[in-house]
Amino acid sequence: MESKSIHNSEFAHKRLKKRYGKERRFRMWGVAAICFALASLGWLLFSLVGTGFTAFQQNFMSIEVTLEQSIIDPQNTNDRETLRGANYRRIIQNTMYNQFPDVTERKAKQELFALVSASGATNQIRQMVYNDPSLIGKTIRVTVPTSDQVDQLLKGYIKRDVPESRRKISDQQIAWIDDLKSRKIIKKKFNTILFTNPDSRDPELAGIASAVIGSVMIVLIAFLLALPIGVGSALYLDEFAPKNKFTDLIEININNLAAVPSIVFGLLGLAVFINFIGFQRSIPLVGGMVLALRAFPTIVIATRASLRSVSPAMVDGALSLGASHTQAVFHQKLPLAGPGILTGSIIAMAQVLGETAPLLMIGMVAFVTEIPNSISDPATALPVQIFLWSDSAERAWSERTAAAIIILLVILVMMNGVAIWLRNRLEKRR
Amino acid sequence: MSDIESPSTDVKFTCRDVKVHYGDFEALHGIDIDIPDRGVTAFIGPSGCGKSTFLRTFNRMNDTIEGCRVSGEVLMDGQDIYDKTLDPVLLRAQVGMVFQKPNPFPKSIYDNIAYGPRIHGLTSSKAELDALVEKSLRRAGLWDEVKDRLKLSGTGLSGGQQQRLVIARAIAVSPQVILMDEPASALDPIATAKLEALIDELKERYCIIIVTHSMAQAARVSDKTAFFYMGDLIEFDDTEKIFTNPSNSRTQDYITGRTG
Repeated sequence: MESKSIHNSEFAHKRLKKRYGKERRFRMWGVAAICFALASLGWLLFSLVGTGFTAFQQNFMSIEVTLEQSIIDPQNTNDRETLRGANYRRIIQNTMYNQFPDVTERKAKQELFALVSASGATNQIRQMVYNDPSLIGKTIRVTVPTSDQVDQLLKGYIKRDVPESRRKISDQQIAWIDDLKSRKIIKKKFNTILFTNPDSRDPELAGIASAVIGSVMIVLIAFLLALPIGVGSALYLDEFAPKNKFTDLIEININNLAAVPSIVFGLLGLAVFINFIGFQRSIPLVGGMVLALRAFPTIVIATRASLRSVSPAMVDGALSLGASHTQAVFHQKLPLAGPGILTGSIIAMAQVLGETAPLLMIGMVAFVTEIPNSISDPATALPVQIFLWSDSAERAWSERTAAAIIILLVILVMMNGVAIWLRNRLEKRR
Repeated sequence: MSDIESPSTDVKFTCRDVKVHYGDFEALHGIDIDIPDRGVTAFIGPSGCGKSTFLRTFNRMNDTIEGCRVSGEVLMDGQDIYDKTLDPVLLRAQVGMVFQKPNPFPKSIYDNIAYGPRIHGLTSSKAELDALVEKSLRRAGLWDEVKDRLKLSGTGLSGGQQQRLVIARAIAVSPQVILMDEPASALDPIATAKLEALIDELKERYCIIIVTHSMAQAARVSDKTAFFYMGDLIEFDDTEKIFTNPSNSRTQDYITGRTG
């Protein structure tokens, strides 16, 4: 190897070193970019979970309630309306006063009563009595949420060392709370209310049930509309439409549609579905239709990309056996494009699930305190619910907002997981 | 055109002044040729000479290429296959094709073979279809290798097996003609030898037209050879004559390796 080639001179080694240096710097930039992305994501998750995880637990009060006949139904009529309209508030008040019999002053009594979630406890026993009037006269043990102030204090969000005048909870109340806590009357439990209740004015009673059901309806409607229309359009445009200026124009417009700000779709929905056709506001049906428009271009683009990625040899093979063009497309091309179409559609649905702006335009920002039973009942959607809660002032809302965001993200991750699983499964079958 | 009154039984395709255009580009400048029935006709010539394009006129696969036009006359058994009333779907059922790269469908071996008979509705029962699948695989010399794994994917076979699977798939539709576009170019020598042996068997039943880059292959498998150059048919004769005593100097140059 003594022959002096230009590739083993000193300069050659220098050149090689320089080349490797360049490549190393490029790799470092790549690693730095990934690290930055991961750090941002980590920061986001950390702050979300840090704020939100406490909302998954809530302080409840386990109290003995005496359902006095004299308060609920003094005349013993057993009339449903009387049972519904009775003064259950009084019963809860009495129960609370009984916890500390030495409290007599009016203002102190008010403060004592403020420890329990007034409407939560009242509604709970009203429902129980209404369902089973035989309970009247008995003493029962119920578990009711504490008021959000108590909950926030026990979670440490209301600081005890702040001067009394600057917090919403008095020193006297703190003493009572600590006492109730030591008597194991106040206990922290898993917050099922967050999942089973609709929205409420009281943070301790607010849940995402109506929003989740609204979101599910919207996503289903959008999926059922956008998938067949989107895949059909893509198939027709790619395989059957004549190639001319007109179809070019349609193509360009569909691609542009994907870049249109989503609030424009909301305006369109408002103008067409609500003002022109006359659908009601705030219903999942309209929300689903508007978001189907939003998902449509994404599905068309994903479908066309996956159709084009299918090897033309498969279509040629079918054609050479005497399949018609339509048969070749439906028997060979579409099944092979299936996994890609599915992945694209699920990503489009994840977009739909996270979409807020168009829903605001069609009135789905309403305060909905009932769980929708059909697609034409007023409902709201999860991102809109988050938007609504984030706008509320009390401290208790911020942890619920974060919790709702966590739930939304979990649903999104699950949807994407299903997409990946389905794609792998379908691709394995090839 | 007038010199063929009644197509003789041993001519399968009669081509007169066949020109193929891709847009403004004329790929074939008027080909006249009579392809015999039964036996193997090889098309040879340098890359871009138009031999594959010409092969694809026989089953009208050129129709699927945008901007491709075919003019002139291609008769199969005396019938114009470019006649407006003739459906290319029925033509392709009679003229099967094997491509350069094996293209089995990503389905089971069984379903690959059964696809053609199913779309044409050739069989009326499962048993009949089973029998047809077996017969086709036997004819393609693949049955013994795959009979135990008919349910497995066709894409899991080796390249040579895939190419024979594709031939079996074409045979299952009962064609009269099998077109082969460089069928061995992606195969190793052993698989190529098997494929050539298969072609030798198949020529008893089918009219086979094969495009090949390998002159040795053309010499081994074909009865007749056509030499194409720059979109023209230069010479068409018995294979033996082409390779031993070509009448055209350009053919001579090509087969001796002076052009290519």
